[in-house]
Amino acid sequence: MTGRGAGVLYDVPGPRARLRNNVLTLASGLVLLLVAYFVWTKYDEKGQWDGKLWQPFLRAETWTELILPGLLNTLTAAAVAAVLALLFGAAFGIARLSDHRWVRIPAAVVVEAFRAVPVLMLIFFAQYGGSLAGLVVTEFAAVVFGLTVYNGSVLAEIVRAGILAVPRGQAEAGSAIGLRKNQVMRLILLPQAVTAMMPAIISQLVVLLKDTALGFVVAYADLLNAGARVVPANYANLIPSVIVIAVVYIAINLALGYLATWLERRSRHSRKITADPAAAEVAAGGEVALMS
Amino acid sequence: MEAVVDELPVILGAFWLTVKLTVVSGVISLIWGIVLAAMRVSPLPVLRGAGALYVNVLRNTPLTLIIVFCGLGLGTVMNVQFSRDDLSLNSFWLSIIGLSAYTAAFVCEVVRSGINTVPLGQAEAARAIGLTFLQTLRLVILPQAVRTVIAPLGSLLNALVKNTTVAAAIGVMEAALRMKNLFDAHGDAIIPIFLGFAAGFVVLTLPMNLLSGRLARRLAVVR
Repeated sequence: MTGRGAGVLYDVPGPRARLRNNVLTLASGLVLLLVAYFVWTKYDEKGQWDGKLWQPFLRAETWTELILPGLLNTLTAAAVAAVLALLFGAAFGIARLSDHRWVRIPAAVVVEAFRAVPVLMLIFFAQYGGSLAGLVVTEFAAVVFGLTVYNGSVLAEIVRAGILAVPRGQAEAGSAIGLRKNQVMRLILLPQAVTAMMPAIISQLVVLLKDTALGFVVAYADLLNAGARVVPANYANLIPSVIVIAVVYIAINLALGYLATWLERRSRHSRKITADPAAAEVAAGGEVALMS
Repeated sequence: MEAVVDELPVILGAFWLTVKLTVVSGVISLIWGIVLAAMRVSPLPVLRGAGALYVNVLRNTPLTLIIVFCGLGLGTVMNVQFSRDDLSLNSFWLSIIGLSAYTAAFVCEVVRSGINTVPLGQAEAARAIGLTFLQTLRLVILPQAVRTVIAPLGSLLNALVKNTTVAAAIGVMEAALRMKNLFDAHGDAIIPIFLGFAAGFVVLTLPMNLLSGRLARRLAVVR
């Protein structure tokens, strides 16, 4: 799209601009190195690069006994919450498009209300509200509840936008050949909507996975808990440990992000679906979806 | 219901802290995000690479981890202090560092995609009639880019309001943690208290959503 470095902001550089760019590259590189050096020495002063603090991560027991159980708990909570949130999202997304007002309006109220409330408040509410009702709410259940309800509501909006992005002729053609309303939804609209919305759905699942870290606040034994409480309690190495855990999170999320991009590219080339994935994603918030 | 009425000053105080967290980290992340976006669209590969690295790292790290790193890592281990005797002020500013660093990565991406939505022909036409770089930016590109960016920035601000609750992880007494404390104090009034706090968040986010939606529609560039 931008031939040889020309863009909206600047033209293809000529000889003078190239020289100036090279000088500026050198200068900015130096500034960045200085910043990095400053940060490095600050941590060095506190002895954070000491081999002693990093050594535990070279031993297998640290991983098998402290970190991997946390990772497993994170992934379990994320997987259970993802399945439940997808069901919640599909149900409420379709309910919001119902022909009956008594279905449509309550569904809209539920979705809008839960989208407005922070996940952490939902987790606290699950803990205290559950024990009020006489239930024993484990940390796991509270985290899964909060993630399911919040992300389910966001997914409901995504599903709704996806269904609305399928051209009207599709539903009309379905009705014309004698399909019932639920058949039109099940056989024609939903498959196309889900395909078109797949990148947005996966982005939201990345958000869900990131948000499992909120379990740390209620002491759920997840990956962050392992990195910020368990490992430092054993080796007094909070900063190295948090950095290692962050790398694990980033690797998992980047992998899911690449999956989303790949699916997006694939569905853009596919001719089986009629809904425009790009239009559907804009309707659901696009890029911003990743933040919460 | 009585509990909510009795504790109203406490609840309002908690939301005041939420608002302060949102406004301060919102302003910082807007400035820092625009700087990052400028780095990512600059002609210098070093800055582009550094900006991309920052955004990809921060966007893919859980906010809770970033805030815990700021609170325990910077605060306790590295001994970064904003106030010698007031611990709550200290954790307030440490959580602002975390919130701003995280949100700036998203602001950067929104601003960058706003610049990228301006068609290439606009800039080429501006250069063809002899506008300088700054004139092109000021008169042609930014007016169009800013308009497309308003709605997504509005949703970011909305998300930031909710994300401030994560500061509870390092003991900042904003709305979510205060709600938990009130749950402990009034075990019989959990549902009214929850509804009160939920209503507070709706009150904070709803006007913002309506305003940014209306602004975005009014200023939309028809192409």
